[in-house]
Amino acid sequence: MFTANSRARGAIGVIAVGAVLALAGCATTDPTGPAGPSEGSGDTIKIGSFQFPESEILGNIYALALEDAGFDVETTFNIGPRQATIPALEDGSINLIPEYNGNLMFFYDTEAEARSTEEVDAALAELVPEGFQVLDSSAAEDKDAYVVTQAKAEEFGLKEIGDLKKLEPLTLGANPQFGELGYGVPGLASVYGVTKVTFKSIEDYGGPDTVKALVDDAVQVADIYTTSPDLVAQKLLVLEDPENLIAAQNVLPLLNSDIYSDKLAEVLNKISAALTTDDLIELRDRVEGTEKAQASTAAKEWLVDKGLIK
Amino acid sequence: MDWAIANRELIFSLALTHVSLCVLPIVASFVLSIPIGWLANRRPWARTLIISAGSLLYTIPSLPLFVMLPYLLGTRITDATNILVALTIYAIAMMVRSASDALAAVPADAINAATAVGYSRWGRFWRVEFPLAGPVLLAGARVVSVSTIALASVGAIIGSANLGYLFTNGKQRDFLDEILIGIVATLVIALVFDLVLVLLGRILMPWNRATRVRRTRTAVA
Amino acid sequence: MQFFLDALLWLFDPANYVPGTQSPLPIQDRIGEHLLYTALSVAAAALIALPLGFFIGHTGRGRQFVIAFTGGMRAVPTLGLLMALFLIVGSTVPFTQAAFVASIVAFVILAIPSILAGAYAGIESVSPAAVDAARAIGMTELQILFRVEIPLSLPLIIGGIRASVLQVIATAVVASYISLGGIGAIISSGIGLNDNNRILGGAILVTVLALVIDGLFALLQRLTRTRGLDRADIDLRAQPVGLVTVTGSPVDEGKSNVHS
Repeated sequence: MFTANSRARGAIGVIAVGAVLALAGCATTDPTGPAGPSEGSGDTIKIGSFQFPESEILGNIYALALEDAGFDVETTFNIGPRQATIPALEDGSINLIPEYNGNLMFFYDTEAEARSTEEVDAALAELVPEGFQVLDSSAAEDKDAYVVTQAKAEEFGLKEIGDLKKLEPLTLGANPQFGELGYGVPGLASVYGVTKVTFKSIEDYGGPDTVKALVDDAVQVADIYTTSPDLVAQKLLVLEDPENLIAAQNVLPLLNSDIYSDKLAEVLNKISAALTTDDLIELRDRVEGTEKAQASTAAKEWLVDKGLIK
Repeated sequence: MDWAIANRELIFSLALTHVSLCVLPIVASFVLSIPIGWLANRRPWARTLIISAGSLLYTIPSLPLFVMLPYLLGTRITDATNILVALTIYAIAMMVRSASDALAAVPADAINAATAVGYSRWGRFWRVEFPLAGPVLLAGARVVSVSTIALASVGAIIGSANLGYLFTNGKQRDFLDEILIGIVATLVIALVFDLVLVLLGRILMPWNRATRVRRTRTAVA
Repeated sequence: MQFFLDALLWLFDPANYVPGTQSPLPIQDRIGEHLLYTALSVAAAALIALPLGFFIGHTGRGRQFVIAFTGGMRAVPTLGLLMALFLIVGSTVPFTQAAFVASIVAFVILAIPSILAGAYAGIESVSPAAVDAARAIGMTELQILFRVEIPLSLPLIIGGIRASVLQVIATAVVASYISLGGIGAIISSGIGLNDNNRILGGAILVTVLALVIDGLFALLQRLTRTRGLDRADIDLRAQPVGLVTVTGSPVDEGKSNVHS
């Protein structure tokens, strides 16, 4: 009744499925990250990043430089906010991430008093838990900032954060954490006495949505980071912070002490020494502005430009 | 588009990850749903139970499931397993219904004839029921394939490095082209998978190449 | 398991239902938003898809289009559609409205295929004999449609609407990432604050919501079944799969496109 044909067909079917499974098997060795060679033995550097372009750029800078120096590198970018990346560090999914000293300090100690770069670095050295460490901080800074449109600043005479009282009641737009952070809405009230604030949570960390909300007056003040190309492009004004509510935010590497080596430190410290705030602004402009360069491209060209890789 | 060409490596690597995330759920759902669907057909209560369970799982919205799984499975936050498991759950839930329907649609006459001729239950399943259920199974598999590929991109919100990254990154940078290219790439992959399945169907079921009869309604004179 | 219990406790904590609290609370506001957006989108989609489906089902014209359309739409990644629309709409519309408009448009686009398929399959499934009989006693085509075909195919039509409602509920969760609000805002704020209660609470909430609404629709389908009809072969839940032509190649109108 059934000829050899059906057996042949069955065989083809099985081979096809087998081939497909094999393909799936091959490809799943590293499903969580683009680029990067396969998981090496010994100490693979697993680099993570936050879920915004600047962090991805920094992550790429670390990755490319370390690869160039001969390390085994894997990348898992765009993990999420610090509340997701720290657990990722703790459970070993990643072991290195570009961080910001001020916010990292506040993460470990919400009441921390340090504000200047030196103070924050010193405080951080004490606060980083057992098994982890930070390396040299860079001069490059990307601070949170209370930002208004220049038009509104002129209209109401806004120069510093305390002047926001003139706008009360007002709406503030920022990423979800800002509503609870020490230098966020609570700090705004306790340090500057601006209390009639409605908080609007916008998910993009001072990105296009936040800028648009500010420009459209959906919010009157927003938390936009100081390296954002939109500050210039959209005519925005960073309010001054005479009471030092907002701490320094220098870029620095946070890593699992297991992967520490002098060579690693050398590569990363060289990057930190070479990186400036203007560099960050320029890199972000390349990636987020009209050029829309890929983060890895911008990172690579910066490294080559500074003579850090060939 | 220029951007696509300039970034073809990135797009390709994302596509590869995307494919690798989808293949297992699609294949596993097909393989697993056949015995489950067969079971469902044996007894009415089994059918109700299995189909209801499938419906229930299917109704769970995608992002919440991606988010809940690490707590249920104890996996790491960035683990691709979360997305793999979620996609497989959805795929199986979809396919089980198809498989059950397909096996139920096999004409009773054919089954009776096979038994009369002397097939064992096992032989009858593999030689008669399964081939006759083939076309509907294939249709179900095609639906599962397309849906899984489209669904996988939602995982980019929790950091999965698949084509969905082009959507989140494009939005972050206000870059429409990137998003559109991501959509196109996803559609292309879905098309390729579909063609592969159709081809497999043609090879494995050559008896189905008869012309289709159109069901049209004609007014009675 | 402890996580889930804590989340459930959080969900039932009255403190989270106090009006006027900071976004994303209070919970009832987010639920309300979520349901409102869903209802608006599905209604708009039904306005477009039902007449179209009825026409195609009744006249038999455009069958291939429906099959191709619903199949094709299943392949569209909803996240991509949402983000693309948001950028397009956002360039002309102010921020708060942009999220709303872009989302509703996306939801409508995603809801249309299921409703269309349900309407079309429902009308198509009506026995030709009944239609011929109606024609024979002198009903006009429109009367046949409204008095015979639609009533007989209500379960399938409702099935299509059911599928699209679930699809929109699921997609609306993702829309929180373009600041739409809804229950997704609870989940994403939870992710942002590493608050397991919010993450799981929001996830459980929207899941339960989906299940309850699904159950209500299933009930509705059951209630609108015409008594006396042998409908054992029509699968209410997974509208249109299983319609097999003579040669065995299935008319694949596609499974309910519940998920993105």
